[in-house]
Amino acid sequence: MSTETEEKYESYYVPEQSPWPIVGAVALFFIAYGAGNFIQQSGDFVETGDAGWGKFVLMGAMAVMIYMLFRWWKDVIKESVEGLYSAQMDRSFKQGMLWFIASEVMFFAAFFGALLYVRQLIIPWLGGEGNNAATHMYLWPDFIPQWPLTTTPDGTTTTGMGAWGLPAINTALLLTSSWTLTIAHHALKENNRQALLNYTVLTAVLGIVFLALQALEYHHAYGEMGLTMGSGIYGSTFFLLTGFHGFHVTLGTIYIIVLSIRCAKGDFTAKHHFAYEAGAWYWHFVDVVWLFLFIFVYLM
Amino acid sequence: MSDHRPTGIKRWLYTTNHKDIGTMYLWFSFIMFLTGGAMAMVIRAELYQPGLQFVEPGFFNQMTTMHGLIMVFGAVMPSMVGLANWLIPMQIGAPDMALPRMNNWSFWILPFAFTLLLSSLFMEGGAPNFGWTFYAPLSTTYAPPSTDFFILGVHMMGISSIMGAINVIVTIFNMRAPGMTLMKMPLFVWTWLITAFLLIMVMPVLAGVVTMMLTDRHFGTAFFDAAGGGDPVMFQHIFWFFGHPEVYIMVLPAFGVVSEIIPAFSRKKLFGYSSMVYATASIALLSFIVWAHHMFAVGMPVAGELFFMIATMLIAVPTGVKVFNWIATMWQGSLTFETPMLFSIAFVILFTIGGFSGVMLAMAPVDFQYHDTYFVVAHFHYVLFPGAIFGTTAAVYYWFPKWTGKMYNETIGKWHFWLSMVFVNLTFFPMHFSGLAGMPRRIPDYNMMFADYNMWASIGAFGLGLTQVFFFVTIIMAIRNGKKADEKQWDGATGLEWDAMPTPAPYHSFSTPPKVD
Amino acid sequence: MAIRRKLIAGITSLLSLMLGGAVQAASKLNMRPGVTETSIEAFELHMMVVWVMVAISVVVFGVMIYSFIFHRRSKHPTPATFSHSTKMEVIWTVIPVIILVYLTIPAVSLLIKMEDASNSEISVQVTGSQWKWHYKYLEGDIIKNEISFYSNLSTPREQYENYATSGAADNVNYLLEVDNHLVIPVDTKVRFLVTADDVIHSWWVPELAVKKDAIPGFINETWTSVPIPGIYRGQCTELCGKDHGFMPVVVEVLTKPDFDKWLAGKAEEKRVADKAAADAASQNWDMAKLMTLGETIYASKCAACHQVNGEGLPPVFPALKDSAIAKGPADVHINMVVNGKQGTGMAAYGAQLTDAEMAAVITYERNAWGNNTGDTVQPADIQAFKAGN
Ligand code: HEA
Ligand code: HEA
Ligand code: HEC
Ligand code: CUA
Ligand SMILES: [Cu+2]
Repeated sequence: MSTETEEKYESYYVPEQSPWPIVGAVALFFIAYGAGNFIQQSGDFVETGDAGWGKFVLMGAMAVMIYMLFRWWKDVIKESVEGLYSAQMDRSFKQGMLWFIASEVMFFAAFFGALLYVRQLIIPWLGGEGNNAATHMYLWPDFIPQWPLTTTPDGTTTTGMGAWGLPAINTALLLTSSWTLTIAHHALKENNRQALLNYTVLTAVLGIVFLALQALEYHHAYGEMGLTMGSGIYGSTFFLLTGFHGFHVTLGTIYIIVLSIRCAKGDFTAKHHFAYEAGAWYWHFVDVVWLFLFIFVYLM
Repeated sequence: MSDHRPTGIKRWLYTTNHKDIGTMYLWFSFIMFLTGGAMAMVIRAELYQPGLQFVEPGFFNQMTTMHGLIMVFGAVMPSMVGLANWLIPMQIGAPDMALPRMNNWSFWILPFAFTLLLSSLFMEGGAPNFGWTFYAPLSTTYAPPSTDFFILGVHMMGISSIMGAINVIVTIFNMRAPGMTLMKMPLFVWTWLITAFLLIMVMPVLAGVVTMMLTDRHFGTAFFDAAGGGDPVMFQHIFWFFGHPEVYIMVLPAFGVVSEIIPAFSRKKLFGYSSMVYATASIALLSFIVWAHHMFAVGMPVAGELFFMIATMLIAVPTGVKVFNWIATMWQGSLTFETPMLFSIAFVILFTIGGFSGVMLAMAPVDFQYHDTYFVVAHFHYVLFPGAIFGTTAAVYYWFPKWTGKMYNETIGKWHFWLSMVFVNLTFFPMHFSGLAGMPRRIPDYNMMFADYNMWASIGAFGLGLTQVFFFVTIIMAIRNGKKADEKQWDGATGLEWDAMPTPAPYHSFSTPPKVD
Repeated sequence: MAIRRKLIAGITSLLSLMLGGAVQAASKLNMRPGVTETSIEAFELHMMVVWVMVAISVVVFGVMIYSFIFHRRSKHPTPATFSHSTKMEVIWTVIPVIILVYLTIPAVSLLIKMEDASNSEISVQVTGSQWKWHYKYLEGDIIKNEISFYSNLSTPREQYENYATSGAADNVNYLLEVDNHLVIPVDTKVRFLVTADDVIHSWWVPELAVKKDAIPGFINETWTSVPIPGIYRGQCTELCGKDHGFMPVVVEVLTKPDFDKWLAGKAEEKRVADKAAADAASQNWDMAKLMTLGETIYASKCAACHQVNGEGLPPVFPALKDSAIAKGPADVHINMVVNGKQGTGMAAYGAQLTDAEMAAVITYERNAWGNNTGDTVQPADIQAFKAGN
């Protein structure tokens, strides 16, 4: 074991200089600066119909960011193809990806935590449980604790989203896509290029269909159900959880599309395909988040 | 790899070198320390006497808020990451950090994030003014417009910290020289491993909670508004779930530093190495279940208060183990008191005092009397200034000869220490008394009965501020014309960076792994 | 010999002076025991922890200092080589646990006691808002009429803006005085229902050891029972915006007969005030009168946010000078002041001011700082507005 690491060790590749990080930092700054102004100016939009210049800064900076990521990854791919990376390097990437996913898990944990806290504690408390009899009696006497919270304490009403329509179909879609991606990954390991390509593309397609259905659901919620971000805590948790999940699926789908292209171009070998593996992990992570969503947001 | 060093501005902008990045982190943190310190000077000037003399109450709140934010996120955290960058590869025998380009990105996000944060001072309505804990709804519905930039700035810092933490973990897990088993790693590396784990667990939660703020402010959500079925107190739960581990993020690496320095100047092996590791891990694990000790007054159910009280008090046990181990390391050693050792000893004593006031705060029924008074301010400055800041200072003095090959002036270093020691106590000790006498925190003006303590604290604070200039001078003098350091400056020092590497440390650390036995 | 004796005498007297000073100072250096059962117990618990911490410090720092002195290189050139001792480690894990258990037991029982607001005789709803307290006496035998009032800082602005020249230093209750005290009877378990209108505040009276956060949308319960009549002062202890430092809490504890008298007086006061308000409202006021009254009301109720010069602190607190609302249709202006604006610091003043005061302050705003609209708003207009509301 120790001799093996020793061997790998000497070839640890430390890249020389790279302009991309600083470009990324500048881009991030302007994304934040643009987004902040955009959000503030979209208040003016309601009044004057003009959303201001913030969105241009935001979009420009995002373009720079995407370009930067593209170039950065291009460098990485080039180095990888040139064989500069040792097995140890590969491990660094893999571990890095796993810890990144761990951080993403914690990001979702914040929102799931909020959801559970609301459902288990706040709603009953507003209804007078625990040491909150006075809260109910004096402040919100008409409030009826229930979930989905279709009438908020201040009387905003909305409708709960059922589980067995689109959400159930979406669950099936995502589960299937995890399965197709696994098949593709196995195909890659067995060097079955055709199956690899087919199943990767299929996964991307499933992702896109999922997103389309999700968009349909939002449309339905806003248009017909009166369920919006502004309809109290039910809408808040619903849209932030499903919204951030949807955002992650979008990123994941783009990732899988890029992987499809790279597969078609003949990238990746049966032994050496960190980028593919990382994409697969990310996709499975997004899938697991959905399962929790399905249970806690829709089903229960 | 040759010891070729790129030159010019690109060396710093494009760098992938852990030492350059470490240096940038350290200088950045020092600049932030002066900035946050200057804000503290404004606070202390206003509080020197009762009455409103210098600033408006609204601006005072901005100063308090920015002081806290800048010190925590701009001074202390980056200083620890700077040390990690310099030391971890050297201490585990690695050529560099595992992901060098990302490392550069982590750093360069920070100056931009703080530009954004500081620019809020010049925005209409002023900078954030709701305390570094930014409780909703003061920070949502009632906050100035600059809050949006604060939120996005926090997102940027979070991204930076998470990437930094990933880098540290991967480096430690994957880049150790052959034979450097986990239980042979220097304690600084251990404490950082655990710190990085804490960062990955809690920074995303911070990002989540500020995101909820943003949507509450602009997109009509009701997370922190009871009228829509939310709860302002939920903000505090999520914030402190991040916030409490955060305080250990700030101090654990300093524990690591002290655990390196005390053995070196005691000329004796660190006492109880493995219990040190387990104690650090226990502190980290316990830190996840104590957060609501900041919230005893919010009206939690009694059972919750009891749980959080007892869990919090338990942290004294592993922390005590660490303190006792440091003392046992010195016991029957052969002690000398150079500047790094002096700072480390002061760390142990003053941090312990801060820990004691922490235990007092943990006792819920008396915390009702201490909470949100200057007693709390005294507590956390004791653990933060002589804790985190002295820890970093000690580290800089200790490794300076290794890093630069030059030696600082010991006499000036000692002056720096003694002045800091006197003034830090003069500044923060009286705050215990003003707190006990009943002075709330975050107020710009106060009744006569608190006047004496505030005057002493202000005098101490100005002295402490000037003393930091000493530090700056010492370092600049040493870099410019410090005399050449010995190949091994400290006879008691151990570890790969001292034993397996020339002085000054070459631009590229171990390109072939050292032998560890 | 004589010199030596003198020296000793000198030193002893100096020492006793210092000690005496220290003892005297100690009363100022420490937490005040307060007057209630719980505050005294909290104080005792505090003292107990302090002494435990001092004792641990003496041992821990004592060992350290011993080591600095006797194990320095000059005294102890060859270091020992031990680096481990399971026995010691077990000892210094177990002893702290025992100490903590010893501290926890009294803390638990005190905590449970402090959080038990049941069986109270009177309830007072305490509501914080930017930057004043509102007290409302709720159900209970003693309270026949519902009494409620606001409690504002009464230290004049002049004093804190010009501390040195305004004689503020002689004001012992500087920043700790209010126009209307919260009045409660002695030896009575009073339950406080603490809440807030806008942001989080915290209601604290050190002498009673009561500190409870006022959370908008929720009511927290706490209680006290004060055995000694007197005036007890505290402050808001949760950062609540610009004037967080300027919202004191004052509780006045009266003997039971005095309290009853106070209640009766309060009821009478209300009757008189209602009548006066009705009279005032039925009159037609001239501009000068409206402006004079308006200016005082404005200075005491509105200037904290909109500033004396009417320029506000934009963008959070809008300027009234040249404001479209203050110069536009009167109804919109009246509506803003009567109903306030949800989710901002602008409270509904309809319930806080009489119709005459309301008319005056609105007239003032419409004519001050060059807003010269020339309008007068009459109390009758306010009544009409409220009736149509
Ligand atoms: C580096 C930062 C740091 C550290 C290490 C700590 C350490 C501790 N803190 Fe502190 N704390 C802060 C930073 C920190 N804190 C900050 C910033 C705030 C305020 C936030 C804000 O509101 O703005 C705060 C506030 C705070 C509160 C809330 C107070 C209030 O608002 O009312 C509490 C309450 O429990 C608390 C407790 C503790 C405890 C029990 C420890 C323990 O970890 C201490 C353990 C150490 C020891 C006990 C000493 C050594 C031990 C021995 C020698 C063994 C023997 C001892 C015994 C048996 C007692 N802290
Ligand atoms: C690591 C963190 C850290 C550090 C090092 C410090 C350092 C100091 N702090 Fe800070 N403090 C906090 C973290 C920290 N603080 C936090 C988290 C809060 C809570 C905020 C909140 O309530 O939200 C707080 C709050 C806080 C308060 C309470 C404010 C209030 O409640 O209203 C006070 C009051 O005295 C104070 C004082 C000081 C002083 C005098 C120093 C000194 O030690 C500083 C000394 C250093 C310098 C002064 C640098 C040298 C500067 C110069 C030489 C400047 C000269 C140049 C120019 C004038 C341009 N701090
Ligand atoms: C705690 C702070 C505060 C106090 C005290 C206060 N206001 Fe306001 N006021 C506000 C805020 C905030 C707004 C902005 C509301 C909004 O967003 O439209 C406002 C808006 C107004 C407006 C509308 C101005 C415009 O052009 O939009 C008027 C008129 C007004 N207040 C009058 C008063 C009067 C009269 C008083 C005293 C009796 C008073 N205010 C006291 C905070 C306050
Ligand atoms: Cu109200 Cu602070
Ligand atoms: Cu804490």
